[in-house]
Amino acid sequence: MTLEDTRTLRFFNRGPSGWARLVFFSVLSLLLLFVDARYQYLESTRQVIAVIIYPFQRLTALPGEMVGGINSYFSLQHHLLADNAQLHLQHDADAAQLQQLRTLQAENNQLRALLEVKQRENYTMQAAQIAYVERDIFKRKLFVNKGALADVQAGQAVIDNAGVVGQVTRVYPWLSEVTLVTDKDNAVPIQIVRNGLRAVVFGSGNISELELRYQPINADIEIGDELVTSGMDGTYPPSLPVGKVVKIERDPAYPFAHIVCVPLAGVDRHRALLIVSSVPPPPELPPSEAEAKESQHVNKAAKKVKP
Amino acid sequence: MRFDMARDREFLLPAGRVFIVLSFVAAVLLEWLPWRGWALALRPDFVGLILLYWCTHKPHRVGIGIGWVLGILVDVADSSLFGQHALAYSVLAFGGLTLNRRVQMFNLREQSVHVFALLLLSYSVYAIVHWQVRGYVAWEYFLGVVTSALLWTPLTLLLQTLRRPRRNPNEL
Repeated sequence: MTLEDTRTLRFFNRGPSGWARLVFFSVLSLLLLFVDARYQYLESTRQVIAVIIYPFQRLTALPGEMVGGINSYFSLQHHLLADNAQLHLQHDADAAQLQQLRTLQAENNQLRALLEVKQRENYTMQAAQIAYVERDIFKRKLFVNKGALADVQAGQAVIDNAGVVGQVTRVYPWLSEVTLVTDKDNAVPIQIVRNGLRAVVFGSGNISELELRYQPINADIEIGDELVTSGMDGTYPPSLPVGKVVKIERDPAYPFAHIVCVPLAGVDRHRALLIVSSVPPPPELPPSEAEAKESQHVNKAAKKVKP
Repeated sequence: MRFDMARDREFLLPAGRVFIVLSFVAAVLLEWLPWRGWALALRPDFVGLILLYWCTHKPHRVGIGIGWVLGILVDVADSSLFGQHALAYSVLAFGGLTLNRRVQMFNLREQSVHVFALLLLSYSVYAIVHWQVRGYVAWEYFLGVVTSALLWTPLTLLLQTLRRPRRNPNEL
């Protein structure tokens, strides 16, 4: 074995030369890159490989989980008691507010009915835990431990107790990939609470910053304005808090103001998140078409009966 | 089995197939640890380093093909584009194979400089692909080149110690 290794490298004795191999694998990589960037053909391959490497990825998350588990196991009793008391207080306060919310909801429904405005949809949610955070510095993504087997779909919104965290962008059997609102490629349609101004907020690539782009210099936006989802895109349910304006630069040399916001949700803090099923049931057919369909059914039934 | 060439010996040490595979598995697992924030920016490219180690020390065993397959695995785990890491690792493996004879003549610190250059090339390939597809580059990404190059010496020493046969008491 040693003798073999002392020879000089002679690529031609062992198949194609180094250059040939490099060119071959580079072309293969570039081909894959092109196909993956432009088309969706490789998603199934990705799924298969993801399933194979899933156990290893869980293995790497184990040390962190174990440290967390040990910490919570050895947490002191008086800490737990204090936590418990605080949670009770919080629960009572929340319960009182919830009572109000119910009355408000009823009132709102009544008013909407009076005004003949469409009723708001109720969105179903499911809890998920962060499995691990994206390890690519170019992207702001994380993985949660609910996937296609738990009926998660790409496009669903992900929130925590304070606001919007991001959006499910890719679904594996046991995992889903969530792109955070601060990712450079992510855009959320929003509305400013103070004056109802609609806009789109973009991620900045920085973990704690959002950008409100394409707003004219004289746009009615102030520091401290709260942004909530407008629900215009049908992806994010309406009126979820997204962010807060922290910096506005109005330089007349540029056509647009430079507006920086911070996300309200703990985009990089929590472990537990909520996946919101934002796909509402299809709207009802207009009465004329519904009747037409009904009559078709009746006709068919009649035809079946005839012979 | 063994020669009495002091410097060259580390390049002649035997390496079993199992050992090579295990080293790659360990590198991949290290890469997949939940890094975040500044640790993520400073994270050394473990897979790249191990790949480079084997490409320079056992060029007959590990080459561009293995680098490419590793790249595909990392691509899926990091949900980067298919072929992004694969391309970077192919270039890295090629660099390692080309400089294989040259690197052997230097001591560990001088090797680190070579490794720095090769890793910079591979990181640049990755960043250029990202720039072409997504349109921007995160510059702190390149910090990883420095930490990786600094890790070359301890990593080489560790792997040499593990590869050294235990039978001979004069070895250590």
